[in-house]
Amino acid sequence: MKFITSIILTALLSYAIGLFTNLPWYSFVFCALMVGIAIHQKPWKAFTAGFIAVFLLWAILAFLKDNANEHILSKKVAEILPLNGNYILLIIITGFVGGLLAGLSGITGSYLRKLK
Amino acid sequence: MRIIPFFISAILTTGLVIALNTQFKSGNSKTPKLGYFLSPQYGFWQNAEPTNISFNEDIKMPGVSKQVDVYYDERLVPHIYAENNYDAYFIQGYIHAKFRLWQMEFQTYLVGGRLSEIIGEDGLKTDKYFRRLGLVYAAENSLKALDADANTKEALDAYTNGVNTYINSLKPEQIPFEYKLLDYKPEAWTNLKSALFLKLMSWDLAGAPEDLTYTNTKNYFGYDDFEKLFPAIQDSLDPIIPKGSIFETPSINVTPPTNMDSVYLERKNITIKEETLKPNKNNGSNNWAVAGSKTSSGKPILCNDPHLGLNLPSLWFEMQITTPEYSSYGVTFPGSPTIVIGFNDSCAWGVTNAGRDVKDYYEMKFKDSSMQEYWFDGKWQTATIRTEVIKIKGQPSVEEKIAMTVFGPVMYDKSYVSDSANPLNIAVRWKAHDGSNELRTFYKLNRMKGYVDYVDAISTFECPGQNFVFASHNGDIAIRQQGAFVAKWKHQGDFVMPGTDSSYMWQGIIPAKENPQMINPARGFVSSANQQAVDETYPYYLGRPNLFPLYRGLIINKKLTTMQNITPQDMQQLQTDNYNIFAEICKPILLKYINTAELNENEKNYFQTFSSWNLRNDVNEKGITIFNIWWDSLETAIWKDEFTKANLKLHFPESSTLIEKLINDSTSYKFIDNINTPNKVETLAEIITQAFKNAAKTIEELDKKDNLTWAKYKDTKVQHLTKIPALSTLHIPIGGGKHIINATTTVHGPSWRMIVHLTDKVEAFGVYPGGQSGNPGSKYYSNFISQWAEGKYYNLIFISKHEARKDARMKWHTVFING
Repeated sequence: MKFITSIILTALLSYAIGLFTNLPWYSFVFCALMVGIAIHQKPWKAFTAGFIAVFLLWAILAFLKDNANEHILSKKVAEILPLNGNYILLIIITGFVGGLLAGLSGITGSYLRKLK
Repeated sequence: MRIIPFFISAILTTGLVIALNTQFKSGNSKTPKLGYFLSPQYGFWQNAEPTNISFNEDIKMPGVSKQVDVYYDERLVPHIYAENNYDAYFIQGYIHAKFRLWQMEFQTYLVGGRLSEIIGEDGLKTDKYFRRLGLVYAAENSLKALDADANTKEALDAYTNGVNTYINSLKPEQIPFEYKLLDYKPEAWTNLKSALFLKLMSWDLAGAPEDLTYTNTKNYFGYDDFEKLFPAIQDSLDPIIPKGSIFETPSINVTPPTNMDSVYLERKNITIKEETLKPNKNNGSNNWAVAGSKTSSGKPILCNDPHLGLNLPSLWFEMQITTPEYSSYGVTFPGSPTIVIGFNDSCAWGVTNAGRDVKDYYEMKFKDSSMQEYWFDGKWQTATIRTEVIKIKGQPSVEEKIAMTVFGPVMYDKSYVSDSANPLNIAVRWKAHDGSNELRTFYKLNRMKGYVDYVDAISTFECPGQNFVFASHNGDIAIRQQGAFVAKWKHQGDFVMPGTDSSYMWQGIIPAKENPQMINPARGFVSSANQQAVDETYPYYLGRPNLFPLYRGLIINKKLTTMQNITPQDMQQLQTDNYNIFAEICKPILLKYINTAELNENEKNYFQTFSSWNLRNDVNEKGITIFNIWWDSLETAIWKDEFTKANLKLHFPESSTLIEKLINDSTSYKFIDNINTPNKVETLAEIITQAFKNAAKTIEELDKKDNLTWAKYKDTKVQHLTKIPALSTLHIPIGGGKHIINATTTVHGPSWRMIVHLTDKVEAFGVYPGGQSGNPGSKYYSNFISQWAEGKYYNLIFISKHEARKDARMKWHTVFING
């Protein structure tokens, strides 16, 4: 239950901080950290929860934008980066980058709680 | 010991955030800040515009005084209906920014010498070039002139406010894609930026004259040989104003300096090795107007297609602007108010480049290296020093100290392009440096009612000089080459001139009424295609003829002369015609001299393809590719032996010069011989045959890869301003080329094609290789390109507000309300 809660909370807070504030793009890392501190879990679980939360958040947001755009921009960016124009891979990488940061931040929060 | 894993994970997290928030060097460019760029709520995903985007909205803003209605048609062309001029230009600025903000800003960063602020030290070379040429100085001068005219001041102020209203409405995540890719932010627009943009056009169109290269060529070969390479007469010229026309007696009598031969023409001093940047030599255009006597409707038709670099976002943005005072449609420059090429209810206008030399160089003599005093007319004069600060992303700024003389800025000195052992100080005198108000011309053309208004509108246009073509509903057609052209003595400003003597200065500007012009000629048409405007009987010196291309003008006039009962569809065919008149002239010479007995089987096959070629540069022709490669090979054979020995960046003479020499002087023209074979004097037949055999190797390579057809060989592309291939449209199947009416080369060509039929209700057609949106994430980014490549046009919708309300082709309606 804690696991699911921390996924949902991390995702919600990360989405909200992006939507309602003018803080920098990486401010969601602090949301993941807070959740990691607030919800007591084993470190690897905290990592996984953070990762899944923002991986899904970013990948779904990207997917929705991309779908409405009929892949016009994602195909171009997937050539610049370069991913051979593979926009699905670009969505996965987008999710992975966000997920990795949130996961690392979540595990940091979990360790921080255990310091006390 | 939980503290160790805590520190490890904390450091990893922080390190990753920092890494994903940093630009890394990658080849010649930098990566975006990857985390920021990929973040769906901040980065590029935000620019993925829904394909079903709607522009139906009501926007309240204090900027407009009354309600402004904007209808967008299905091609995303805005039709602006405003109650007054201020509101109209305010909304023009707002809409330009909405669709083209990054491009507008980038172009002014480029010309303002601020590229380094965006891309770091890689931009420094370009920045120094524009700063030292005095582009900012020029824009500052023009801004004073723009401000002095109440109409253009109002238009510019409104435009700037409109742009800034849009910029201020943007949330950080809404800024255009390229800002995120290159990692910087939009800044406020200013009137100076609009002035800078107009100077960019002056540079592009009146910044080319190759005085430095010609000086080097003349100094290396000597004046006599220079005359053979760059002759003063073009045999096949068909000028804009037909030969035999009578010109007014000149009101300015220019006096050549007495010591001209010794200190100017025969002086030998190499200048600089190479210029940093040059405008594209193919910059030019076609325009013409046919009178009612030649059209099926009995009403004039006006056509224009400006040939410029093909870029995304396009230089042009289509728009209709309507106020109670006037209604006008055409293409606009994102970065400046008004419509630049277009039409209104009663008249149409278009431009081609005049190409006259209004940029000259002077060799200065300074007292010492502080460059505070220079020798002029027998005494030491004080130079002011202009300091230009170039900011560089992530590095300390660089200061350029530029000595300002009576001529203008000392562009080249020991601190700039001083790769020669004995650096020269070269000042540049350029008409674009002077304050001038070109916007006034467009402002008035948008509103003109007839010929008198047209003359009034264009008569103050200074730089870059243009051939303004005109047609009106009441039947008038006219053309005038207009600009502030320098009254020059023969050969003034062909080469770098002595800067110590006022007799080499410009002596006056030719009055507008003495510029080449023509109204309602008996032949029933006027036209221009950048050729020399007049023959030798014109009382002023126009500059070296090789500034002016010959062949498009020739074929346009030939075709227009024979055409009758012309319809707009005929004009569409003419504007996209691929006939190669240059090849028509060259082919007999090549056939005459080639010795086919020396060709092997394979070469004979290619030769056969060439000789049966229909002289058209169509997409699938192979003969043109063979001709093109053969001709290049021939030019190399003729010129390279002499030119490479100079060890300087010199340009080969024009193709027109070579063919005219080969026609008239096939045995004695001294450059035919290969000087690297001292014991042999080659004949033209030997050179032409060998050139073909050399070309055949390249041709065979292409043939093997199935790349011999013209469009594949030419490989036209429309490049994003950053040249990033993914943002560009590549491998466009289109014919045409150099010397062709459809002047499409690899990265250059007809940047806007327009045909206006001045019937009771104006009927107009147009297309440009781009799309209305500058956002690479929009489906309106490059959607016109295939239509353009196929030589097809769109019907331009020019309607009243009342009609727009009910017209099904109007897809969206934005209402701007004061509030």
